[in-house]
Amino acid sequence: MRPTAQILAALGAGLTFGFGLSLSGMLDPARVRGFLDVTGTWDPSLAFVLAGAVTVSSLGYAVSRRLRAPTFAPAFAIPTGRRIDQPLIGGAVLFGIGWGLSGFCPGPAVAALSTGALPVLVFVGAMLAGMAAHRLLTRPSSARPSGADSPAR
Amino acid sequence: MGAYVPALAGGVLIGLSATMLLLLNGRIAGVSGLVAGLGRPSDPRWAADLAFMVGLILGPPAFAVLAGHWPEMRLDASLPLLAVAGLLVGFGTRLGSGCTSGHGVCGLARLSPRSIAAVLTFLASSMLTVVLAKGIVP
Repeated sequence: MRPTAQILAALGAGLTFGFGLSLSGMLDPARVRGFLDVTGTWDPSLAFVLAGAVTVSSLGYAVSRRLRAPTFAPAFAIPTGRRIDQPLIGGAVLFGIGWGLSGFCPGPAVAALSTGALPVLVFVGAMLAGMAAHRLLTRPSSARPSGADSPAR
Repeated sequence: MGAYVPALAGGVLIGLSATMLLLLNGRIAGVSGLVAGLGRPSDPRWAADLAFMVGLILGPPAFAVLAGHWPEMRLDASLPLLAVAGLLVGFGTRLGSGCTSGHGVCGLARLSPRSIAAVLTFLASSMLTVVLAKGIVP
């Protein structure tokens, strides 16, 4: 592990991501909703954002398959699950409703924090609350006797 | 036509970002997952994930410096509606293990069956929401 190199790499990747979002138009919720509005005056331009991103990202993934480990970390942390289950679909439905209502998904919302605009702060604050709520609800049951996991005194 | 070139170029940069994070740090560039990880400061990757967020927030000002103007941002929904939407996005992305970046940019690139299912589902549900919410959001 090389913590400082990892931090700088993550900072550079985040900056590239935020710059790309700004250039692409994804930071404009009205335009995102125009892309999602397939029955109205549909604006298909944002499909090119996903197309460009997935194309480059798949090249990066192909390279990673030929490497034993990433440059600054001991191993790749890539999800391996393949099961399409109820939480996956239910979560995607809920996320889609929130995305459709606001025009914001997590990346653009976090990037837009730099504007300091109140609506962005409200959205991101609520998003963090939603994440915290999920964490509380899925926390391992606290009903068992306390100290069950601690070593015997 | 003018909107397509920046959209494609922005997408390429987002793909480059995901590639950097994968090849250098071995991480998936899923913003919802990285944000949620900030709630676990004991995780050894916490500092790097925080650095990604700092970079992400610095992206629009960096664009403004180079382009001479801020990226356009029109947020039409009312504050209460934005709060409801934010809750749904936060809870839904954790329950569904990802968002547009993790499932979309990274998952589709890996042809992950879970991500393909998630992307098709959230695209359908968001499109339906936009159509049905026309009375509430302009």
